[in-house]
Amino acid sequence: MSDAHPHVAVAEQFDDAEQQHEAAGLGMWIFLATEIMFFGGLFASYTIYRNLYPAGFLAGSGLLNAKIGAFNTVVLITSSLTMAMAVHSAQLGRRKALIGFLFLTLLLGLTFVGVKLYFEWYHDYLTHVAPGFGFHPEGADLARIHALHAPLSAVELFMCFYFLMTGVHALHMVVGVGILTVLIVKAWRGRITRESHNIVEMAGLYWHFVDIIWIFLFPLLYLLGVTR
Amino acid sequence: MATATVTAIPTDTGIETRNYLNADYGLKSWLLTTDHKRIAWLYLIAITFFFLVGAIAALLIRIDLLVPQGLIVTPETYNKLFTMHGIIMVFLFLIPSIPAVFGNFLIPMMIGARDVAFPKLNLLSWYVFVTGGMFVMYAIAAGGVDTGWTFYTPLSTSYLNTHVMAAAAGVFIAGFSSILTGLNFIVTIHKMRAPGMTWFRMPLFLWSMYATSVMQVLGTPVLAITLFLVAIERMFHVGIFDPALGGDPLLFQHLFWFYSHPAVYIMILPSMGVVSELIAAFSRKRIFGYEFVAFSSVAIAAISFLVWGHHMFVSGESVYAGVVFSALSMAVAIPSAIKVFNWTATLYKGSISFDAPMLYALGFIGLFTMGGLTGIFLATLAVDQYVHDTYFVVAHFHYIMVGGAIMGYMGALHYWWPKMTGRLYPDRWARVAAFIIFIGFNLTFLPQFVLGYLGMPRRYAIYPAQFQSLNVLSTAGASILGVGYVIPLIYFIWSLRYGPVAGPNPFRAKGLEWTTPSPPPPHNFEQTPIVTEEAYAYGSGVPHSV
Repeated sequence: MSDAHPHVAVAEQFDDAEQQHEAAGLGMWIFLATEIMFFGGLFASYTIYRNLYPAGFLAGSGLLNAKIGAFNTVVLITSSLTMAMAVHSAQLGRRKALIGFLFLTLLLGLTFVGVKLYFEWYHDYLTHVAPGFGFHPEGADLARIHALHAPLSAVELFMCFYFLMTGVHALHMVVGVGILTVLIVKAWRGRITRESHNIVEMAGLYWHFVDIIWIFLFPLLYLLGVTR
Repeated sequence: MATATVTAIPTDTGIETRNYLNADYGLKSWLLTTDHKRIAWLYLIAITFFFLVGAIAALLIRIDLLVPQGLIVTPETYNKLFTMHGIIMVFLFLIPSIPAVFGNFLIPMMIGARDVAFPKLNLLSWYVFVTGGMFVMYAIAAGGVDTGWTFYTPLSTSYLNTHVMAAAAGVFIAGFSSILTGLNFIVTIHKMRAPGMTWFRMPLFLWSMYATSVMQVLGTPVLAITLFLVAIERMFHVGIFDPALGGDPLLFQHLFWFYSHPAVYIMILPSMGVVSELIAAFSRKRIFGYEFVAFSSVAIAAISFLVWGHHMFVSGESVYAGVVFSALSMAVAIPSAIKVFNWTATLYKGSISFDAPMLYALGFIGLFTMGGLTGIFLATLAVDQYVHDTYFVVAHFHYIMVGGAIMGYMGALHYWWPKMTGRLYPDRWARVAAFIIFIGFNLTFLPQFVLGYLGMPRRYAIYPAQFQSLNVLSTAGASILGVGYVIPLIYFIWSLRYGPVAGPNPFRAKGLEWTTPSPPPPHNFEQTPIVTEEAYAYGSGVPHSV
């Protein structure tokens, strides 16, 4: 069994590289299960309040910019592709391709967070629709809310969930960016070989998971029916 | 494969071989260890400290309740005392108790592995746990918190100016330790078993630890996000849970109990696993109905996620939800009863010896049965209407958590102490202490069933005068219980230096952990053991060398 992975450093608690590989994979999947339960609490709360305050959530969704959201969605899906290519390159032991794809993934991830931060959250803050920071929508925003007969407190609740869900998601993105940076440094120094590609595979699982969360967040938050 | 070379190191202590305790010395060798056995000790020391703090709070509560108007503290301080008692005992003692100490020490040894799957993560879990504990200690030192251990909203988010954030942060952080430990154990049990150690040859302690780990991994993240939402509401005054701001307080209760009911089984299931080991070892029989006991652990874990609504029968959840949760809660009685009946059937025609660990196991069966049966009272909608939020509930869950979980924990301490230290404690004293604990426990909590049935509400600093005699009885019992806990603390510490050398298997028990020297070598086994027999094969041949 260990012949398949001749040069892997096997930690002392494991018998061989295969056992180590399987343990890491199972551990990662269980970790992702805990993440699903963590986000699950938010998704469940979101669902309940959307049922309680349909008009407020509709109006709240109208405060978001679906075009920017769609742009970011494309960015993230593309980053999933480059991450998959990075894992593939690691498995084949192609160092340059690995570094290239990891770097592309990193850039796309940073693009996502940057767009989120500047074009969305900062914009929301400036237009007074960030909850907890003097929430009072003005002008066209306010007119749209009145047109839907939505209570302001419910709109604020929607924005609260928008910030919480995208905020926790963005936090995961930042962690992912950190992981990618470590991987790039390791790959640069030649520490990631065909035999020890496991670490790239695990990082890939995490990255795809964070992407999938966004795939659910985008329609739930941006596409409730009213866009600007 | 790293094999530990066993060289005879002459010492004046009488334990000659190189083992995990004398393999390395110094504070650094402990604080940076990745040895699961040393990490178990780190947890043991930490949770013993937290237990003492929680016990002091309990003692002050009982002293205060000696007189109807309160003897020593103001009502505000009283609220803080029961809150701190609850938070510390639940999150910093009971939940880590058996998993983090004995799960860590025993899981690799019982499956024939050198360590857990992720030793560094294991050490990290301890640091995370201690960090969480320090936040809670800070909350106490800074003036306390008075939300109750349940952090109910909007009381916790909009009305209290005590140190809610620090306490909630502590619980939030400690939760991640629980998640990481559970993750580690699941992977270890799946991937690290020695050749021949099939699932149905595993000791039942491992089945219960596996089920516990699944609950820790799936439940704790929900508590984390819930406390996160509490913190957000408290900081930014947005209406997530506060009805005055448009939020839904029932949602908080749903989310909180989605974790905190399984948490009760996180506390009791490991004890059930311990009791299976003890009953088999001291009856010298295979556990009757092994497969049923194993699967009942899994069943309890599964059902535990479907019963949280029984905490909310009078909170405003719908009657139909109440009916369903009531029925599902009663369903927990089935796997629980399977365990009790199978333990009892194991005793039948066994050659029983009443060593101290066995006394705790037998105590567990009786007290858990009482706690479980009164749980059925409370799961009954009509009865719960009457006794909810009374001392009946307090007595019920202390029968589960103290009479069950801590009895199992004490049994585990007495059973595996010789393995962990290589030393024997004085058995006569241990039996005396077990009796004192049993008597003190019942004297403390039996009167509380009566008090609750008569209508004394929980969480009040004062009470009508007609309840005084039963409260005095309860306080007297708590004093006896306290003495019962101090005695083992003394003789365990004494035994570290003066206890007779135990030898590898003082109880002539089955199981891989007893095939190693006591204390075990750093990597547990000279060679990876090959398992050829089922667990508890007491009928087959001569037991291992004494």
